[in-house]
Amino acid sequence: MVQKIYPDARSALADVLRDGLTIVAGGFGLCGIPETLIGAIQELGAKNLTVISNNAGVDDFGLGRLLHARQIRKMISSYVGENKEFERQYLSGELEVEFCPQGTLAERMRAGGAGIPAFYTRTGVGTLIAEGKEHREFGGETYLLETALRADLGIVKAWKGDPYGNLVYRKSARNFNPMAATCAKITIAEVEHLVGPGELDPDQIHTSGIFVDRLILAASNEKRIERRTTREKAE
Amino acid sequence: MTWTREQMAARAALELRDGYYVNLGIGIPTLVGNYIPPNVDVTLHSENGILGLGPFPTEDEVDPDIINAGKQTITELDRTSYVSSADSFAMVRGGHINLSVLGAMEVAENGDLANWMIPSKMVKGPGGAMDLVAGVPRIIVLMEHVDKHGTPKFRKRCTLPVTGINVVDMLITTHAVFQRRDRQSPFELIELAPSVTLDQVRQMTEGCFIEALMR
Repeated sequence: MVQKIYPDARSALADVLRDGLTIVAGGFGLCGIPETLIGAIQELGAKNLTVISNNAGVDDFGLGRLLHARQIRKMISSYVGENKEFERQYLSGELEVEFCPQGTLAERMRAGGAGIPAFYTRTGVGTLIAEGKEHREFGGETYLLETALRADLGIVKAWKGDPYGNLVYRKSARNFNPMAATCAKITIAEVEHLVGPGELDPDQIHTSGIFVDRLILAASNEKRIERRTTREKAE
Repeated sequence: MTWTREQMAARAALELRDGYYVNLGIGIPTLVGNYIPPNVDVTLHSENGILGLGPFPTEDEVDPDIINAGKQTITELDRTSYVSSADSFAMVRGGHINLSVLGAMEVAENGDLANWMIPSKMVKGPGGAMDLVAGVPRIIVLMEHVDKHGTPKFRKRCTLPVTGINVVDMLITTHAVFQRRDRQSPFELIELAPSVTLDQVRQMTEGCFIEALMR
């Protein structure tokens, strides 16, 4: 059996990470982000990275750490409103950004992982997003062509993983992780719980091990909350 | 007197129908969830991959793995299902969501919506808004009638980069409610906030509309 389990994030990244890579990351806001792997990428210090991720973290957590360390040259994202450093670097021209509507981003990752080079969508027709893209009519409606995304390295977070690389996500921490796991040359998953062979129910696996090349037990499960919102307990 | 955020949300909630699957945008639209009429059963969708959003948690129910699209902690219900972002947007783009309520910076008389960027000033990105307006058959917008400088936000044409072309079906502002019979028709003014007059709304609105108030 191929050994997919690595002792830690650094060893899993060591022979993969280098300057100029394109990295695709799972997560929505700070939920379901591969925080251990992001931390290790910051420590290892690769630069000029292109990062495909729905969001860019916050100033001092998640991908915000890589932005702060000036390791990211370009982001492909749908929404970055929670990150002041991002806004500053973008407006000053230090950081290149390709905005992509959220559903289009998810589908571009999915297509990249599924060998589909491009697809048509109504999303973005008539907007800045559509500029320079091929348009075509289907059934009297205008659609635009969006191309698939592929990355050199995929980093995802899961709740449970087994030695074969099978993954199970937890609640809304699933988000972009299943697609991000499929569209990179090498995918590394960090899991909260590493379980033994046969311990995951085959009917309940979200990402099959074929998509996961390397696996580590997450060293960081801080799961920082961006907007803790609560209600009073009813008496 | 103009409508408060809560009153605008409550007005939008009157548009909910039994059995609807509904996506509520960030900000005032999120409040619509507090005013779902009794006897109307709706399922709320959050584009980060939740169908069947529950209320905010109590302090001891907080779970960092359950957040809505506004990154607020929320809870699940007995109907809740979690899906990937790709499946979540299949619900949106495939036309399975019945209604979306969104905020706006500008709405134009032809139904164009601008709510995602102010060039060289605010760069947050479109999030899921472009997908929602392209895929959801009915779009209701909630917004202030004028901006903080008193400039009308219901315009002849959007001055900001648009989120979608001819996508708004109903517009609820602090001052009035406008709706269209279909996407080929102009907006009709159907309601005024208490003690707001037709003349006031005409002065505060740049976009054309047809007066169709109930007498």
